[in-house]
Amino acid sequence: MEKLIWAFLVGGSICAIGQVMMDVFRMTPAHTMTTLVVAGAVLGGLGLYEPLIEFAGAGATIPISSFGNSLLKGALSEAKRNGIIGVLTGIFEITSAGISAAIIFGFIASLIFKPKG
Amino acid sequence: MLKGRQSWQFDTNPVIVSAATVGGPFEGKGPLAEDFDVIFDDIWLGQDSFEKAEQKLLENACNIAMDKAGLKPEDITFFLSGDLMNQIISSSFTARRLGIPYMGLFGACSSSMEGLALACKLLDNSGARYVLAATSSHNAASEKQYRYPTEYGAQKPPTAQWTVTGAGAVIIGKDGPGPVITGTTIGRVVDMGVSDPFNMGAAMAPAAVDTIENHFNDFGIDSDYYDLIATGDLGFTGYTIAKELFKKKGIKIAENVYTDCGILIYGQNPVVFSGGSGCGCSATVTYGHLLNRMKKGEIRRMLIVATGALLSPMSYQQKETIPCIAHAVSFEMS
Repeated sequence: MEKLIWAFLVGGSICAIGQVMMDVFRMTPAHTMTTLVVAGAVLGGLGLYEPLIEFAGAGATIPISSFGNSLLKGALSEAKRNGIIGVLTGIFEITSAGISAAIIFGFIASLIFKPKG
Repeated sequence: MLKGRQSWQFDTNPVIVSAATVGGPFEGKGPLAEDFDVIFDDIWLGQDSFEKAEQKLLENACNIAMDKAGLKPEDITFFLSGDLMNQIISSSFTARRLGIPYMGLFGACSSSMEGLALACKLLDNSGARYVLAATSSHNAASEKQYRYPTEYGAQKPPTAQWTVTGAGAVIIGKDGPGPVITGTTIGRVVDMGVSDPFNMGAAMAPAAVDTIENHFNDFGIDSDYYDLIATGDLGFTGYTIAKELFKKKGIKIAENVYTDCGILIYGQNPVVFSGGSGCGCSATVTYGHLLNRMKKGEIRRMLIVATGALLSPMSYQQKETIPCIAHAVSFEMS
């Protein structure tokens, strides 16, 4: 139960930061999203994102910042195995399922539905 | 004839022979629904793209205006039209179908009054027998071009406006039921440094006030002359700013005289945020609702000040501010 509350608070805080970026700093949705991804990667690199996931669970894995963390994790683990070229081959290793799913489901949705304007 | 710095007074009193407005499903639910000639209940208008749907809107408005006047495309000397799509395709593609000699205009949402002013000038100089002036906009097509496709689901701030799905057309001639167009003031571009495409009302308000001030100076009149002064599409945000600017400049305009088409078209509907906008906003409200009120005798003289934000998606992505313009046209019931 306690974990649920922390997940809510941490996840909500990340979203609130995104909302402030759009409303106060007038960033576009695309800029807000990429900034959060980069922030997640930086926090992951500093070893701070994994403890956050331990602490808040889905509150840290669901927001887009987790995607940045996953990009970094994939790149680092592949780099350990294959050297510097692994940074390139490993970057989408963990995230490939998410990216492919987004493309495939997006495509299917566009075949079935018609925008209402 | 040139009047003052930037205005024309029409000595031959060009007359509105007929006017037509069409709207989309959302406009059909608004407070002015009764004033539209046709309301389409499908935002696609049976077409396979929103851009094609907008052409259909414009084409319909033009055809209805010609039907009402009992005129055929061959009778119309010139067709003047503008819209918000890249390369004004809605206007040019409609002109392709109508086959009337055509001049395309771009004044963003000020195109409605820009076209009407030029149409009257052509007629006043005996340069035409009948001129058809029209504009259109389509909500989904504009969102896609200027901001984000609606299905992307981007958030909007409360200052954002709702582009009208609709088109308005008028035929100007020498004889007709009226009202007559007595004069016009061509605006200059004003840029007060607003760069937020979700706050067009604030960007355009200074241009509207500038044109209205110049109109009064050029014709030597004040706001008492008119029963109604309506800006094109400032919305609630821009309307409030315009009123403050009038106060600052010492221009007195009574509360019940000054209004805005962007406020009239949807009323207090919170879905539209700050109000309506787009070429179709001033065109449908003026050629539908306001002309009907003139015909009923509720308004004898009115000034329509169509406002336009002359930005492109490229210019605001490159962090340019938004240059704005407003053109005023004076309508009188003879």
